[in-house]
Amino acid sequence: MQSRTVVAAVIFTALALVPSVATALNQSFYIDVGIRILIFAIAALSLDLILGYGGMVSFGHAAFLGIGAYAVGILAYFGVHNGLAQFVAAIVVSTLAALFIGAVSVRTTGVYFIMTTLAFGQMLYFLAVSMSKFGGDDGMNISSTSDFGGWLDLHNPIVLYYTCFCFLLGFAVFSDRLVGSRFGMVLRAIHMNEQRAVAIGVGSFRYKLTAFVISGAMCGVSGALLANQALFVSPAIMHWTRSGEILIMVILGGIGTLFGPIIGAVVYLLLESTLSRITEHWEIILGPFLIIVVLFAHRGMLGWIAERRRAPTK
Amino acid sequence: MNINIFFLLEQLLNGVQFGVMLFLISAGLTLVFGIMNLINLAHGVLYMLGAYICASVIQASGSFLVGVAAAIVGSLAAGIVIELVTFRPLYRRTHLDQVLVTFGLTLFFNELVRIIWGPTALYAAVPAALSGQIDILPGAPYPTYRLVIIGTGILAAVFLYALVSYTRIGMLIRAGASNRVMVEALGVNIKLLYTFIFGLGAALAALAGALAGPILAIESGMGNGMLILALVVIVIGGIGSIRGAFIASILVGTVDTLGRTMLRPLFATFLSQATADQAGPAIASMLIYLLMAFILFFRPQGLFPPRIR
Repeated sequence: MQSRTVVAAVIFTALALVPSVATALNQSFYIDVGIRILIFAIAALSLDLILGYGGMVSFGHAAFLGIGAYAVGILAYFGVHNGLAQFVAAIVVSTLAALFIGAVSVRTTGVYFIMTTLAFGQMLYFLAVSMSKFGGDDGMNISSTSDFGGWLDLHNPIVLYYTCFCFLLGFAVFSDRLVGSRFGMVLRAIHMNEQRAVAIGVGSFRYKLTAFVISGAMCGVSGALLANQALFVSPAIMHWTRSGEILIMVILGGIGTLFGPIIGAVVYLLLESTLSRITEHWEIILGPFLIIVVLFAHRGMLGWIAERRRAPTK
Repeated sequence: MNINIFFLLEQLLNGVQFGVMLFLISAGLTLVFGIMNLINLAHGVLYMLGAYICASVIQASGSFLVGVAAAIVGSLAAGIVIELVTFRPLYRRTHLDQVLVTFGLTLFFNELVRIIWGPTALYAAVPAALSGQIDILPGAPYPTYRLVIIGTGILAAVFLYALVSYTRIGMLIRAGASNRVMVEALGVNIKLLYTFIFGLGAALAALAGALAGPILAIESGMGNGMLILALVVIVIGGIGSIRGAFIASILVGTVDTLGRTMLRPLFATFLSQATADQAGPAIASMLIYLLMAFILFFRPQGLFPPRIR
């Protein structure tokens, strides 16, 4: 527990310093990269909550990212720029979507769960493609960022950065408390042995569905933030390969570590921005890199650290 | 009214043709899934390779049949290399690891294809002998090439059914599916069997890709969409079941095709034209996923669930 707190403190201190360092180096580009990292860290964190603690491999998590982003985009299209309304809409719609998707998919297990979430993700992707009013396949521009009445100017990258930072920090603390609570214990018990949990008298469906909905809502918030950063939303945001990328971030950092996926998001997005500057065919490097990581270091970075620490006592 | 019936028949055949293509892809996927317990997201890559190789060889040799044969051989070789190098360590891993590794393979091959053949889409011509139309009913012509696709798919289905049900290798495949360890203990080289099954799946996917060349754009990532549909098919059909894959393929193919052509005019009969124009395509694009959700809600293991091991 001690080392976890240290790791978390180090991560968040480092993230908090990014804008100052970037400004000092006169490299405001890195603030933009930082915002993307924070946003995807929220998405990865939300996925780790159900993947790491509930054993639910969601391969359609980008759908919630898309729902959050489209909630902002569609409200802006109709002239509603009120930030509170947009974020509440993002949360409500992603909660409802997660409730519906979860109600069907949580009943299934293993491979069927992966496939069902994947199919729902695709379903929402094609829904977005067919919404010609909102740009269809090409997506649409968003005229301005969410308006929080003057006291939070999201146009300013540094303000947006710290807004994302606060959301990430809040969600991380919340998730950490949630995992340690009775609810989290039950969720982990179900993950370890569902039959036994049911035999003890736990209604596993309710717990798994609740976790799925919490995770979906969190990911919806990250979508709303993403729409604010890009001022653009298109179906590509919820393509199934995007869901794969979020999964990769969780794996890179370490499943079931909560803070690991944040590191995973940092590493993945830095890798992406570095590789894509070297060659436009950067995926040809990323693919094999991913294969090697999974085959040889599949516990992720934090998992690896934790294992080394635990090894002597075992 | 007559025209409507002909139109419906034509769309129905289009749906069956699409379904048959889906079957060629899903057959390999469901076998690998059901028998080796491996999720292979890179299966779409083999379909894509089939299409590219076929188009290139047709261009070089001028013969459609040579192109199809080259596609099958090429994808078979690629499939066997993939199996030997990356899948053998994967069989005992979790589904999550399998998803990620095969996802990585997909990224790699999609980019590789873009490097070799360039980013723009290729188009293959329908072979001259098959470019005409045949009257399926008096006054209802239908493209010969699409009929050939349907015929090929049905032949492949019959071949697979016979292979699995009546041959020694089919018996081993079924035995391997129900108890891997026991089959191995009886002296069967299960690794070789796995490679054979994977190669079979790769060849079928390549055949689908080669046949798709003349009717679809050949581009990097073309396998992704088909892969997702094939996954829907095998989940609906029940993982590991060839019969389920065939029925689900035809179901998904026709529902999707009919949804795309019929839903808008159908909605227009009781909704305003503007609403129908918006809602028709939107619902049509989600139709098969709704179908899948509906089927899974009542039968979480698909239509033909695998027998308990």
